[in-house]
Amino acid sequence: MLTIARETYDAIVAHARRDHPDEACGIVAGPEGTDRPERFVPMVNAAGSPTFYEFDSTELLALYKEMWARDEEPVVIYHSHTATEAYPSRTDIGLANEPGAHYVLVSTREHGPDEGPVEFRSFRIVDGEVTEEEVAVVDALPARSTP
Amino acid sequence: MAIEVRVPTILRTYTDGEKAVTGEGDSLAALIADLEARHPGIKERLVEGEPEQLRRFVNVYVNDEDVRFTGGLETALSDGDQVVVLPAVAGGATDAR
Repeated sequence: MLTIARETYDAIVAHARRDHPDEACGIVAGPEGTDRPERFVPMVNAAGSPTFYEFDSTELLALYKEMWARDEEPVVIYHSHTATEAYPSRTDIGLANEPGAHYVLVSTREHGPDEGPVEFRSFRIVDGEVTEEEVAVVDALPARSTP
Repeated sequence: MAIEVRVPTILRTYTDGEKAVTGEGDSLAALIADLEARHPGIKERLVEGEPEQLRRFVNVYVNDEDVRFTGGLETALSDGDQVVVLPAVAGGATDAR
């Protein structure tokens, strides 16, 4: 299950609407091993395409170096589909390289850049196998337990 | 001649879970050959084709520079260089690729 704060959920949806009809992409980082999506990081889609997304390679390195310095990992990797359902494509599955991440897909096919319901779904993608999981949107993430 | 290589999560099955390993080589191609000797199977995840080239969706950086801009597999290495391997974060609705 993915547990995500309402504010982060809304930020992902807003990003997807803003970039429609191109695909939007980004991550939500969190402290390593906690499975807590805490830090929303929208990224530029270097492909600038309605059917493909890719983080710019220089920005990708900067992002990971920042996460390593903060002992974080990508808890959520999100992107939008703008004309099709919020389900991983064969391309998404083939290029999914973070087995520990929640892959969030948002579809803006119904309302595009406008207000209105969007599909927001989360998946695990490990070794080419897709497993959908429940999404729990909460007002705030529960307080962190100290290890 | 020691070069530190930062290994992404997805490739740590080849490095016994290690986040960083050490290799040798005066070029990226030589370093990858050395890594393959120490961690069999890793090379195929990094390069493809004949002649060999870096896989399209694998990024390799030497001292923070993407090697696509510095000569690819021919990129020269020297002692103390820092190499980072990161899979692209990419995908999309198209199934054409």
